[in-house]
Amino acid sequence: MTIAVSILPEQQLATLNAAYSQAVARRRWRLLFGAAVFAAALLLAAVGAEVNLRTLFTYFGNFLSYFDRILTLDSGQRVWTDVGEWLWGWRKWLKMLGETLLISYVGTLIGATFAFALNFFAAENTSPAPWLRFGVRRLLEFARTVPGIVFALIFVIAFGLGPMAGVLAIAIHSTGALGKLFSEIVENADMKPVEGIRSTGASWLACMRFAVLPQVTAGYASYALLRFEINVREASVMGFVGAGGIGQELVVAIRKFYYSDVSAILVTIIVTVFIIDIATGWLRGRLFGKEART
Amino acid sequence: MTKPQQVDTAQLRARYPDVFDRPASARLATPAMIVAALAILVYGFVDLDFSPSRFFSGLSQLGWISLMMIPPDPGSSLPIYLKALGETLSIALLGTTLAALFALPVSLLAARNVVPSKILRFPVRRFLDSIRGVDTLIWALVWINVVGLGPFAGVLAIAVSDFGSFGKLFSEAIEGADQKQVEGIRASGGSALHEIRFGLLPQVLPVIAGQVLYFIESNTRSATIIGVVGAGGIGLQLAEQIRVLEWQRVSFLILMILVAVAAIDFISGKLRFAIIGRRAVA
Repeated sequence: MTIAVSILPEQQLATLNAAYSQAVARRRWRLLFGAAVFAAALLLAAVGAEVNLRTLFTYFGNFLSYFDRILTLDSGQRVWTDVGEWLWGWRKWLKMLGETLLISYVGTLIGATFAFALNFFAAENTSPAPWLRFGVRRLLEFARTVPGIVFALIFVIAFGLGPMAGVLAIAIHSTGALGKLFSEIVENADMKPVEGIRSTGASWLACMRFAVLPQVTAGYASYALLRFEINVREASVMGFVGAGGIGQELVVAIRKFYYSDVSAILVTIIVTVFIIDIATGWLRGRLFGKEART
Repeated sequence: MTKPQQVDTAQLRARYPDVFDRPASARLATPAMIVAALAILVYGFVDLDFSPSRFFSGLSQLGWISLMMIPPDPGSSLPIYLKALGETLSIALLGTTLAALFALPVSLLAARNVVPSKILRFPVRRFLDSIRGVDTLIWALVWINVVGLGPFAGVLAIAVSDFGSFGKLFSEAIEGADQKQVEGIRASGGSALHEIRFGLLPQVLPVIAGQVLYFIESNTRSATIIGVVGAGGIGLQLAEQIRVLEWQRVSFLILMILVAVAAIDFISGKLRFAIIGRRAVA
């Protein structure tokens, strides 16, 4: 059986081919141009960041052997052959880990409270006055853009060394991040209930309480839980600048080359982060159903 | 005029007890959760050494610091700061690009529709998860131990920690791709590589490009903080000036960071719009 493939006449084919190659050529040129600009930017960046491939190749072995070293006990054995020796400081580390979790919990709660208080002013559809919205938005932007660890550095000087600085730094950063997300939820809320409540002569506050709030609480709680998850990670490095938590132990271990301690603390942090991830994911699924989990 | 019918609440209550009386567990759940949350909060305050006196003395200190920050003034080191800012942007760009390059092949291994075997996929995913579980700052410390202080350590730190995130995000994008086009390629006799190149990549690349741009943006922020532990960039300058209490310079540096981040936000927003169109940006 033969298959009939219709072949177009020569000149018709030629015009079609020409049109096709012209259409593709323009896209190709644009792609090529973009790639060239990108490559130039990369090259510039490589010079700016003092990239030295020779250093990388010379020391890359060190990077791999670093993991070999942190997985070896002082006695020269692998860490998993003697777990008791490896996790010798587990009492202290667990306590610091608990402190880390508390820092992120308290920080998230304070941040969520402030974000809750501010977000109605930042949302386009509920803000009482444009100048107020502008001010609150810039404030939240500032709190969100300055990294948490910079706040921690400054707070350590103002409030003294210790977890308090970490809590406040996390609280401020969370206020900025959550305030934005919360106000976006409010902007997506249905405005009909607000009109209904306002038509009964209710004040602005009553409108927020009885028309907006019932629509948005689930979203708020979901984002706050997500933020808690992020803050656990953040709190684990707050100790690097002296703001409490397990980071303090880790930075000492890394700087003083206590190799097996580094791996032990890292493993406890990773396991904790996993557990928190799974627990908050489960909790959000339980509380708000599948669709609120994204 | 008809009067509204008088409702006998007691009778209704007797007839529909379920509507009026929620079970105790449902009524008490919310207050119980609030009480528990507050209890942990109070315990946290006590355990973390919060005291009103410390808080207020710190607050007044903070007030002094903010006063001393005005006006922002770079002193004589403006060129150094500009160079440091350039270094930070370079770290973000290079680190993100490196991470994306390495993550693309690995993400194929972690995607369900490319590698159906669970035994092969599982270790790849857990590997990516553990990389993500470690913060960028920790990676920076590790790389400083390996290649020494400086921005190069920062590039590598960002590359490693983003490698984990990209691997996960890319593999999710690949799993979300339409299988029909892949089947079409297979039906016309394409090999497995052809399926990936002509069936998957055209669908996935715009999504991936959008994510990479977004990460360059967010890495500008991360790149400012890894300087705090000594991995180069503007964070290094910032941490130094905070330690020597040069508050005017600190506020100038913070302003520089804010402006740079806003500029990158703006540019990458435009670029993302050009690459993936309006709908995907929102």
